[in-house]
Amino acid sequence: MTHLPTSPFPALLVGLPVLLAVLGLFFRARGRAAVGLAGSFLTAGLVFVAFFEVTQRGTLIHILGGWEPPLGILLRLDPLAAVFIGLTAVVGVVISLYSWWYLRAREACTGGFPLFWPLWLFLWAGLNGLFLSNDLFNLFVAIEVVGISAVALAVLSGSSAALAAGLRYLLAAIAGSMAYLFGVALLYGSTGTLDIGILGQVLEPGATTTFALLVITLGLMIKTASFPFHFWLPPAHSSALPPVSALLSALVVKGTFYLLLRLWTEVFGVSLTFAVGQFLGLAGAIAVIWGSWQALMQDRLKLIVAHSSVAQLGYLLMIFPLLVLAPGVTAGSADWLYPAWTAGIYQVLAHAFAKASLFLSAGIIVMALGHDRIQSLRDLVAWMPMTALAIGIAGVSLIGLPPSGGFMAKWMLLKGIFLSGQWWWAPAAFAGSLLTAGYVFMLLRLAFAPAREEGPFRPVPRILQVCALLLALGSFLIVLPAESLIRFLEGSEVFGTGIETIMEGGAYGND
Amino acid sequence: METYQIYSLTSAVLFVIGLAGVFASGHFIKKIIATNIMGGGVFLCLVSFSGRDALAFADPVPHALVITGIVVAVSSAAFALSLARRIKQLTGKESFSNDK
Repeated sequence: MTHLPTSPFPALLVGLPVLLAVLGLFFRARGRAAVGLAGSFLTAGLVFVAFFEVTQRGTLIHILGGWEPPLGILLRLDPLAAVFIGLTAVVGVVISLYSWWYLRAREACTGGFPLFWPLWLFLWAGLNGLFLSNDLFNLFVAIEVVGISAVALAVLSGSSAALAAGLRYLLAAIAGSMAYLFGVALLYGSTGTLDIGILGQVLEPGATTTFALLVITLGLMIKTASFPFHFWLPPAHSSALPPVSALLSALVVKGTFYLLLRLWTEVFGVSLTFAVGQFLGLAGAIAVIWGSWQALMQDRLKLIVAHSSVAQLGYLLMIFPLLVLAPGVTAGSADWLYPAWTAGIYQVLAHAFAKASLFLSAGIIVMALGHDRIQSLRDLVAWMPMTALAIGIAGVSLIGLPPSGGFMAKWMLLKGIFLSGQWWWAPAAFAGSLLTAGYVFMLLRLAFAPAREEGPFRPVPRILQVCALLLALGSFLIVLPAESLIRFLEGSEVFGTGIETIMEGGAYGND
Repeated sequence: METYQIYSLTSAVLFVIGLAGVFASGHFIKKIIATNIMGGGVFLCLVSFSGRDALAFADPVPHALVITGIVVAVSSAAFALSLARRIKQLTGKESFSNDK
């Protein structure tokens, strides 16, 4: 793959946020926040330029220190990575703006949480590293950077509930990354390389490969909080500060999903079997139903939103069985694979925007009410129409009503389910949408209900409400460039040429 | 049985003991130690591959990976311990079982 155009962008995308995070540590509270906010905009600007560069020149690579693989490490910015990095930047900048105003508003009573900014920039660097790395061990380091900074952000509020949830999260994350590393060790032992491109070519199906696939998948499932390893997510995401919950739910869990997607298609393409796909799909389907049901049972807004994350992540796992045709079903061309891919990408995009918006709205409501019991949401429409609108729009996208990004994801998922001949996943997808509609309408009904007492809401800075609304609108706006986005993604190996090789059951055409 | 097979089997056993410990034991410290046992298994497996092929030199790559892995594991364990200590200070609890 070393023939691809080289560019400094992949290295800068990881290096810049790290430098800014370290720079921030030299300042005191206010200065640190200023460096953090300016750093977010700077990083997002760099992402914008890099994204444009990828649309012009295609996949870009950077060979670190001039040492070529297999010994050296190669960073690869392909269209798939560019989309994830772009998503992180867009959602990240809005959350940064929100955080700036939110932390300032809370500064008087609880302090401004100055550590938030360096940790968030470290997290951003880790996520970019995860999206760009093309080496299994480098990916391990990236998921550790993401994991540790995510836990540190989650316990920032310092309450005993947040600390306990954070420890639970950290232990799950360590166990998950150790399982991942075990699989990596086995792959290194059997092939002598860690480079994804080379592994895709030399890896042969067999007991060791299948075992490595299983341990890696298990480890990443723990980290993606998929059923039955979802236990750490609701407490961790609901007890963190609102901007942190938004970052964790919208971006962090997507990182390990991205890794799962990359490894399944680019490394393990040869050893994917119907049974392994079904196993992952089943975990996803149970998560969809169980998570939505739990969300419906909660009476606190942040817990509803956090359980809803478990369900929405389940949809992501449901695309994996759709990458393998059901036995006895034949397809003439690769067309049946595209809907599943599109569903996966759109579910990631739509959920990131909608869930970030919901957590930011929950933060606004806690600020206005002092708590987040949903019975107190009565008359929200009159007091904070913008936040009520944000919750409504984001909710509609979660349910998957047209013309939202969530609709695109769920429609394509159903299409993939029927084209690959696996109709048995359809009831889970439908039931998930119905249950989601249940808890979204429960919130909206309360928001429109007449108030029992007068003026329970304290005023909240308008800019916070604007941020939440912007993200909610984002979950609809992403469908506008759908066609060009899919075309663009076809330029990456997993999405385009890779799809044809899954068809032939052969290794990936990775060079 | 060749030497590296003994290492591989031992590492698999250690990994499973650790994994079971993380989920089964209640006490924070036990859970943290269990993650370290998992790590020990993985590192043993990885480093045993370096001497597998009868080369004149041991393969240096696994050593580099293991040393990095140990650094990561130590920092995570330190972070987990400090969280556990803070929880103990705030609430007096030493395990998740008596939550709330």
